[in-house]
Amino acid sequence: MRLDFSLNCPRPLEGERVRLAHGGGGRAMQGLLEKVFFPAFPSPATGLRHDASVLDFSGPRLAFTTDSYVVRPYFFPGGDIGSLAVHGTVNDLAMAGARPLYLSCGFILEEGLPLEDLHRIVDSMARAADQAGVAVVTGDTKVVDRGKGDGIYLNTAGVGLVEPGVCWHPGQVQPRDAVLVSGDLGRHGMAIMACREGLELETRLESDSAPLWGLVEALIREGLAVRCLRDLTRGGLTSALVEIAEAAGVRITLEEGAVPVSDEVRGACELLGLDPFAVANEGRLVAFVAPEDASRALRLMQEHPMGQGAARIGQVESGPASGVAVRTCLGTLRPLDMLSGEQLPRIC
Amino acid sequence: MKYLDEYRDPETARRYVQAIRRCVTRPWTLMEVCGGQTHAIVRYGLDRLLPEEVTLLHGPGCPVCVTPIERIDQAVHLAGLPEVILCSFGDMLRVPGSVRDLLEARAAGGDVRVVYSPLDALALARRHPDRQVVFFAVGFETTAPANALAVAMARRQGLENFSLLVSHVLVPPAIEALLSSPRNRVQGFLAAGHVCTITGYREYEPLARRYRVPFVVTGFEPLDLLQGILMCLHQLEEGRSEVENQYSRSVSAEGNPQARRLLDEVFEVVPRRWRGLGEIPASGLDLRAGWREFDATSRFGLVDHPRKDVGECRAGEVLAGVLSPVDCPAFGVRCTPESPLGAPMVSGEGACAAYYRYRRLEEVT
Amino acid sequence: MCLAVPGQLLEIRGEDLERSGRVRFGGVVREVSLACLPEARVDDYVLVHAGMAISRLDADEAEQVFRFLEEIGLADPEVEAAPIGGQTRGGGA
Repeated sequence: MRLDFSLNCPRPLEGERVRLAHGGGGRAMQGLLEKVFFPAFPSPATGLRHDASVLDFSGPRLAFTTDSYVVRPYFFPGGDIGSLAVHGTVNDLAMAGARPLYLSCGFILEEGLPLEDLHRIVDSMARAADQAGVAVVTGDTKVVDRGKGDGIYLNTAGVGLVEPGVCWHPGQVQPRDAVLVSGDLGRHGMAIMACREGLELETRLESDSAPLWGLVEALIREGLAVRCLRDLTRGGLTSALVEIAEAAGVRITLEEGAVPVSDEVRGACELLGLDPFAVANEGRLVAFVAPEDASRALRLMQEHPMGQGAARIGQVESGPASGVAVRTCLGTLRPLDMLSGEQLPRIC
Repeated sequence: MKYLDEYRDPETARRYVQAIRRCVTRPWTLMEVCGGQTHAIVRYGLDRLLPEEVTLLHGPGCPVCVTPIERIDQAVHLAGLPEVILCSFGDMLRVPGSVRDLLEARAAGGDVRVVYSPLDALALARRHPDRQVVFFAVGFETTAPANALAVAMARRQGLENFSLLVSHVLVPPAIEALLSSPRNRVQGFLAAGHVCTITGYREYEPLARRYRVPFVVTGFEPLDLLQGILMCLHQLEEGRSEVENQYSRSVSAEGNPQARRLLDEVFEVVPRRWRGLGEIPASGLDLRAGWREFDATSRFGLVDHPRKDVGECRAGEVLAGVLSPVDCPAFGVRCTPESPLGAPMVSGEGACAAYYRYRRLEEVT
Repeated sequence: MCLAVPGQLLEIRGEDLERSGRVRFGGVVREVSLACLPEARVDDYVLVHAGMAISRLDADEAEQVFRFLEEIGLADPEVEAAPIGGQTRGGGA
């Protein structure tokens, strides 16, 4: 009987549909990756679960990544879907220590999209690519029926060359490593949320969408003992740290008061009952650095235009179990866990 | 932010914790009846600061947790109608109905939107005159005035495409139901500061006298909660059972007179089923006869089929404070925040979800 | 239940049921109904739940949490004897 509440499995896979939570950067998305995608594409590179795969051609090492962009609205304060599609993919390459070189771009356009909007988006992409030092060298365009898309979706793939000697991934993270973040959190997610219908917030908040390769390159030039970088996207700081803690089998302790959050993001999060640590970013990274190099790495980040708000927010410890704990302003510890899906405003 | 940051001061918190330790001479069991307070207790780890004599129970204070299954099924049904835009507070979207939740209704093509306020839903109705906008009006006494205002404004603006699916609940009758149960373990209550901001606290005085339990109207920041707990323990240690007001910066004895008048004009007190607790007399609010035109159940001809809380979920015992979530056989095994069997595991404020995270903490720290 | 957040009232418009105000919360501003708070004035701090101001915060009462321990004689004697580092507000030490 369909109406019976299934006791052991209230969410059977059979008949299940894709939900928004599956794209939210939390547990539901992890589940989808693990159940559907990883088994189908079992390359050693997916095994590392990093932002880009590093491919060895017995010569220079090539980093390769791809990402799709479905942001709504496609023009938002501080950017648009075009600049975002460049920054996102460039940043994924940068996290593997790769200098971004070439991008492809697939455009999925909805019938009826104003050409003027497309022009603005493409111009913005070109400017972003220029700023990030990459070239868009191949592409494809498809048009879908009206009502089958939100105006425009983009997919970009990117290749870059891994800098010699760089081998960053979660497996390198060790107890006592310092955890640094390159700036204040949550601007992208809250800027997008504030301009959606139904929440009606007045704010000057802009997305933090930005290319991070310059900052990463500075860290490499300085020869600092970086263990792992991760750009903070959907799921925010929380998802990034939980993934790394679990992959590395370590415990990470965060100092809540040390994590930078702007007044705008803070106010919007208090009002809507959201956790700024789990809100999306598009121009922030978290860096795991050996303790002896942590202060230099922090200073270097703060001197770089993309890392002015950088802060040291916690450290890696060897724990009985892997995971992330936050030391609150009262000195107590609370666990930080990935959300199951998208973060929703709450009333209680 | 003013009026938030100063109430998170660690030094004052430390002094309150010391005062609590000095005050307590034997075991006491307190209950907070507010999801927002549960959230703050978990978020700041306050329960870990208290001496072991003090047990804090998380009562039926999460409005999404106590909304009956049949109401969620009705919301899911409405979301499936092509003319309907179903608006809801965000935390209602993940609560399982008997077949699906509102997120799944959205995935199946329903137009389900998250709003911050019922007034935002009203604005949507003005912008979409060709659609029917239904707001899923859940919540306690705190939330009901905003919903009453939304229908009052809809009438004034002549909006015919706005309605409420009402599932409002009232706190004092639920507390009385807990207190009158022979299995009751609760010795003192933290009354919810934001509910009392609307209603005042006179209604708690007969309860305090009849059942000889102290009530302390308490706020939501760490210092508020620590002070509320201390005041409640102090009463218990001295053998008093009075209604005291910790949250005096917002709460007066009579509450907010305009909000109460608005409530009384639009809503009437009715019996209400609580998920997990069953029907409690005079424990809900529904639109008065003169406002039926804004009632989604009559506008869409919905029938109320009270549904049993089926399955393995023992939310009722958890919400009544007689079963600790960790003692439920399904807890953490067949029931997790990713696949909840019942509402208290869904909402971040639900008692089971709070314990689930607490157990994660034991593993991590 | 009932997340309610304090914010500062910047501007008031409208009458009666339609009376509303712009309220600042940290760095964001939102339009809020003042239908249930006719006494609210510009610069007041109000508590807002689900888009409606439900109370005006009383500045004197807001300090009582910092005086309470001394008033009921449960303050820590050692803490009273030695000045506390960091921030203290209201009475105390």
